Amino acid sequence: MTEHDNPTGTTPQPRGGHGTDVATVEPAGDPIADPGMHPHEPRPTDVDEKAARRAERQVATLFGLSSLFAILCVVSYFAFPIGDDPAIILGFGASNVALGLCLGLALLCIGIGAIQWARKLMSDVEIVEARHPVASSEKDREEAVVALNQGISDSGIARRPLIRNSLIGALAALGLPAIVFLRDLGPLPGGDLSSTVWKKGMRVVNDVAGTPIRPEEVEIGQLINAEPGVFFEENAEGEPKFEGTHLNQAKGKAAVILVRMKPSDITPAKGRENWGVDGILCYSKICTHVGCPISLWEQQTHHLLCPCHQSTFDLADNGKVIFGPAARALPQLPIMVDGEGYLVAQSDFHEPVGPSYWERGER
Amino acid sequence: MRLISARLSAKRRSPLAGLVVLLLGLLLTGGAYAVLAPANAQTDPADQSTIAKGRSLFLVGCASCHGANGEGIVTKNGTQYGPPLAGVGAAAVDFQVGTGRMPMARPGVQAARKKVVYTPDEIEALAAYVASLGPGPAIPERDAYDPSTIPEDERNEAIVRGGQFFETNCTACHNFAASGGALPGGKFAPSLRGVSNRHIYEAMLTGPQQMPVFSDGVLKSSEKRDIIAYLNSIEEAPNYGGATLGSLGPVSEGLFAWIVGIGACVGFAIWIASSSVRSKKGIKA
Repeated sequence: MTEHDNPTGTTPQPRGGHGTDVATVEPAGDPIADPGMHPHEPRPTDVDEKAARRAERQVATLFGLSSLFAILCVVSYFAFPIGDDPAIILGFGASNVALGLCLGLALLCIGIGAIQWARKLMSDVEIVEARHPVASSEKDREEAVVALNQGISDSGIARRPLIRNSLIGALAALGLPAIVFLRDLGPLPGGDLSSTVWKKGMRVVNDVAGTPIRPEEVEIGQLINAEPGVFFEENAEGEPKFEGTHLNQAKGKAAVILVRMKPSDITPAKGRENWGVDGILCYSKICTHVGCPISLWEQQTHHLLCPCHQSTFDLADNGKVIFGPAARALPQLPIMVDGEGYLVAQSDFHEPVGPSYWERGER
Repeated sequence: MRLISARLSAKRRSPLAGLVVLLLGLLLTGGAYAVLAPANAQTDPADQSTIAKGRSLFLVGCASCHGANGEGIVTKNGTQYGPPLAGVGAAAVDFQVGTGRMPMARPGVQAARKKVVYTPDEIEALAAYVASLGPGPAIPERDAYDPSTIPEDERNEAIVRGGQFFETNCTACHNFAASGGALPGGKFAPSLRGVSNRHIYEAMLTGPQQMPVFSDGVLKSSEKRDIIAYLNSIEEAPNYGGATLGSLGPVSEGLFAWIVGIGACVGFAIWIASSSVRSKKGIKA
């Protein structure tokens, strides 16, 4: 190193080992001169025939192992039963574990063998590649401009505006089908977004089971994931009133949660004083941010959290947003008790549920 | 005898006679009620001694936060130091003490599951004492929570149904594989793996800490048992697809991919680019 040291930085040392004559000009005042290539030192496998043969055997062994694992992979494909009664290794599905391990090791052995081959046996020469300017040469650039101008004058596009303008028109017209097709991705929702299946007197029932709910069965601190009763009703032919896509679309808007708090903890907004029954309140289960279903309720803080983006609503305070990206309070469904003592809706939601949309306006 | 009745008869018009008859009547009614009243579990003398034992344990281990009579302690700034226990029921005590959550080692946002401090007998006594403070849910019978009481041919159906209830009511906090999840402010929904069937049932019944209550009136006892059957089935099921990394989703999977996966790639890159061993043998001086 000492022979290359150049504390003054004014007289760069001549370089050695460059395979090219490009960019040999040293920037003036470079404090550290290019040390150039260090002398070539051979590998043990270059000078020792025994070492070379050992490396050859290692590489061949790795490639051999790879073939073995490939065959084992095929064997385990047929050997391990899958389906209802699969074979198990260490608590995992035997077929998956064996297929994955064998295939992975087969690939890994080829890779390691190739690296070992390159490092120990392939040719070992140091190369210098100089950096070239990115831009093309002045000559190439001039030629390109000449060719372009030649093309313009050959086609006569400047002289014949009729052709030029009709071509522009044809290309623009090609965009029309795309606009029309993309506009028509299905019927527009119309007023569907602003209403749900809830209506006056519809029972609030427990999700999955469909059991109607009496207020005295609901304890303070209780959470009920509920649905409108109509989803569990049948029509005159004994078929469910809502099915398939129809059911999922209606459910996506009408799902609610019922919670019960101490009435003294609740601060109803003006006009909402009689929307609950003895501290039982009913809110939309659809987050007003991007519509995730939310039922992560902390009974002591009365906070409802959305697991997607951590929007937090205070259910004791009219579903107000207290944290997160949601822009609007959680819609509340007014409820009451029907003649048979079950919880029912007073009406539909007074505002559209779920995330914002263009036509929603400021409501 | 005749003499006594004669004397009594002589005094029957005394001004005090009415009072004496009234007292006798009251005594008789009270006595008859004590004998004939519907047998209340807490009148059993054996239970009374359990309650007394529970109270003495309570005064030592619980009263510092919950108050000497379980009335709760409110801090200066109005928050609960230890909540009142009247009406929480024996089930809540069996859950909180039986999973080691109570007694808490120190005040905090959430009591975590830890080593159980009391023996089963002591927990029973504590539960009996707290139950005597006010009516609340009792410790459930084995039939209520044990999925092995479901007939063999109905079990698969129960597991499927339980899975639906679990997905609807529990996964928001406890994760799709019951591995638990985080809540704000240092709180968390614990993993349900390795929790006894009875404690899972009691947690649904009583709603410990931030967990909501799932009362028997709404989520029926048999539906809770279905959920427990489902939880048992996913705990027993082998991982066909390979290691689950705790079933915590993108958090643990991302951590694994970044550290192990990308780490291995970096390791190979370093190996490929590193200079190999050189020999001095061939160098010409």
